[in-house]
Amino acid sequence: MSSDGKLLLRVTGVAKRFGSVIALRSAALELSAGEIHALMGANGAGKSTLVKVITGEFPADAGEIAVAGDVTVFRSPAEARRSGIVSVYQDPALVPDLTIAQNMRLARVPLEAVRGVMGDLGIERLDLSRRAREIDYPHLRLIDLSRALAAKPRILILDEITAALPADLTERVFAVVRDWRRRGHSVIFISHRMAEVAALADRATILRDGVTVGVTSTRDAQKTRDAQKMRDAEEQIVNMMLGAEVAKAAAEPAQRPRHDGARQGPPALEVRDLAYGHALSGVSFRLGAGEILGVAALEGQGQQELFDCIAGIRRAAAGEIRANGRALELRHPADAIRAGLVLVPANRLHALLPQRSVRENVALASFGRLGAWGPIAMGAERKRVESAVERLQIDRRASSEVRRLSGGNQQKVVIARWLAAGFRTLLCFDPTRGIDIGTKRQIYALLREVAAQGASVLLFTSELPEIRLACDRAIVLFAGRISGEMQASEADEARLLRAAHGLTAHERAPEPA
Amino acid sequence: MRAAGVLRGDSIPRSLSRHGRAAGMPLLFLASILATLAIHRDFGAFDVQSLALGALPLAMAATAQAIVVISGGIDLSVGSMIAVANVLSASLMQHASFRQSLALAVLVLVLGAAQGAINGVLIVLSRIPDIVVTLTTGFIWGGVALLILERPGGGAPSGFLDIGAGADLSPFLPNALILLIVAVGVIWLPVRSSRLGLSLYATGSDPVAAFRSGVDPRLARILAYGLGGIFCAIGGVALTMTTGIGAPLAGAYYTLSSVAAVVIGGVSLNGGRGGVLGPILAALLLTLLPMDLIFLNIDPNYGQVIQGTLIVLVVMVGGFAAFLQGRS
Repeated sequence: MSSDGKLLLRVTGVAKRFGSVIALRSAALELSAGEIHALMGANGAGKSTLVKVITGEFPADAGEIAVAGDVTVFRSPAEARRSGIVSVYQDPALVPDLTIAQNMRLARVPLEAVRGVMGDLGIERLDLSRRAREIDYPHLRLIDLSRALAAKPRILILDEITAALPADLTERVFAVVRDWRRRGHSVIFISHRMAEVAALADRATILRDGVTVGVTSTRDAQKTRDAQKMRDAEEQIVNMMLGAEVAKAAAEPAQRPRHDGARQGPPALEVRDLAYGHALSGVSFRLGAGEILGVAALEGQGQQELFDCIAGIRRAAAGEIRANGRALELRHPADAIRAGLVLVPANRLHALLPQRSVRENVALASFGRLGAWGPIAMGAERKRVESAVERLQIDRRASSEVRRLSGGNQQKVVIARWLAAGFRTLLCFDPTRGIDIGTKRQIYALLREVAAQGASVLLFTSELPEIRLACDRAIVLFAGRISGEMQASEADEARLLRAAHGLTAHERAPEPA
Repeated sequence: MRAAGVLRGDSIPRSLSRHGRAAGMPLLFLASILATLAIHRDFGAFDVQSLALGALPLAMAATAQAIVVISGGIDLSVGSMIAVANVLSASLMQHASFRQSLALAVLVLVLGAAQGAINGVLIVLSRIPDIVVTLTTGFIWGGVALLILERPGGGAPSGFLDIGAGADLSPFLPNALILLIVAVGVIWLPVRSSRLGLSLYATGSDPVAAFRSGVDPRLARILAYGLGGIFCAIGGVALTMTTGIGAPLAGAYYTLSSVAAVVIGGVSLNGGRGGVLGPILAALLLTLLPMDLIFLNIDPNYGQVIQGTLIVLVVMVGGFAAFLQGRS
């Protein structure tokens, strides 16, 4: 490995905003020749935006990018490619209606070179006359990687290349990336997986909320493969990623009297032996009044189907859903809403009318209750909406069109709607996806408040640490079944992950004394 | 595209499934030819010629529309651009010699390219949706056509008219068909087989991926509209050849008919998929159908209803085929 320390890329003070959403505040990055440099940060920290700014997909609002000492502004990825900077983006940059061969020709990459890299990756048998549309996502990404390497970049950027890859392909990608470093080129490697970073990277730059908060060396850990050194590096990175505030909060128990789970009366929601196609089978759990039950799972383990069934969007094939002791027949979301089961979906725009005002969006679900016949009772509507908007501290600057609000505020509008309309159980599906930490905390505080007043919450989150922060109890789904159940106090990331991989399906850890 | 697929040695089923929507078009065309022969037993060279003549402007309009739609846009000014080229050529050529009229035809094509490119530039710079921009420029060009020639008139030297209307260039094919083949073969095929063609398809299919692959989607869109403008101008000049005059209001028919031809011809309105062969065959079909209905002595008003119904059926069958494909 050559590490002569020659500076190949220097990014300083890069800022970028999209409308009211600030993606990058002040990002910095220094990349030496011949190093693999990890770029890390929580969801929404600005990693992908930084990559797109570096490769000229869109211009930065502020800041400077210097390649080998020369300040450069790329106006397109093609220009960046000509300067030897090529990225494999998170969404494959292959045109779906063109064949793979045509895609290579479009990017002016010689086919033989691509075939060579595909051979190294072990996918040389893939038919190049197939259309990109017909090829599955993991292979598309490998083809994208092959195309990137065939352009012989001196800086290769990989944005979560391993996210969808099976383990054997991941190993091959690592081998190819290490080989690239051995030839003296540099790689910027984005991944959420600490183990990968520790196994591959020489240094790591950490972004939080669009700001570079630190750079740390992972070279020792990587070279010695020493378990303790890896843990130390990991610890350091996590602390920087989360920030002192959240790291502290993550270490503390939640500041709310925990739900004891033993209130009298029927549970607010009870699911018995729920089944849906191949996605769900034999799922049973109870959710008490005033309780927040977390659902943890890796991508695609049936969580979407579970929420859809309870919200009346899909019809369960078998099993029973009971609310307050009453069995429900859910044919339509309206049935679920009448039973007090209301959904806050991950994609906020699925729940909102993006071009209408905050007021209309909040009032939407209440119309039926404000006046059964005739015109909408404007005065009553305004009062209810006002109080909900007030309570959630929704940003009022852009209240005439919901689509102009930031993601976090849009999510609040969805919740405000149900506060105005009334509900018994809130079904929150990944409500904090892509939301900044500040708003996240507001949303979790709100869920706690709602629960304290007697409503219950079923909360799926893709970010495992949040289970401990926000929930009383958690269930873990694996392959459509419940693979673990635990109190929030025991739900550390390691335990959740084990269960999410189906490893603790039958062994339940003993209760702490 | 279909030809290319077969040439690469694709199996026929795969080629068929790949071009699901488009595959039906040649079959449908064949069927309608057979039906025509059954209805009109002495269908002969003269009828082929009149079909080719009648279909030539629409075939050009369909080609123009197909190129724009493939690149992810839609052009509602097609009819007006044809009208401008039609009245411009008819009024300029009225007293011209044969040689002069050829030069004037080239001039009209250049102006057509500029007209189309203006659409593209307005869309790219203003970021107003294609449908709005081309609708408004369509009104403008329609007005310009009326300014050039207030009422039907003008003309062109007979030698020039014969290029389109005659049957003397080849013993087998009417001139109009040869003109069609040459226009597509000389202008579209070279583009189609170059990287430029790929970038048009790429822009229509996924502009972000195209941009990341080194295409300038804005330039691609302007070029697509420019190419469309050229084919509209050819359509307008062809209209002069086939009718002998310029008519400022004759273009209106071509806008929506070109969209119909594109849809029947298997081009995805979402962009990125299809070719120009399907729309051209569809243009011939859309011309043949009313002829058949007249032979069958059907009231022209019913003819409209029947034609519309057939278009819906064809598109539905294509959509159903694509749906089945998506499920398998």
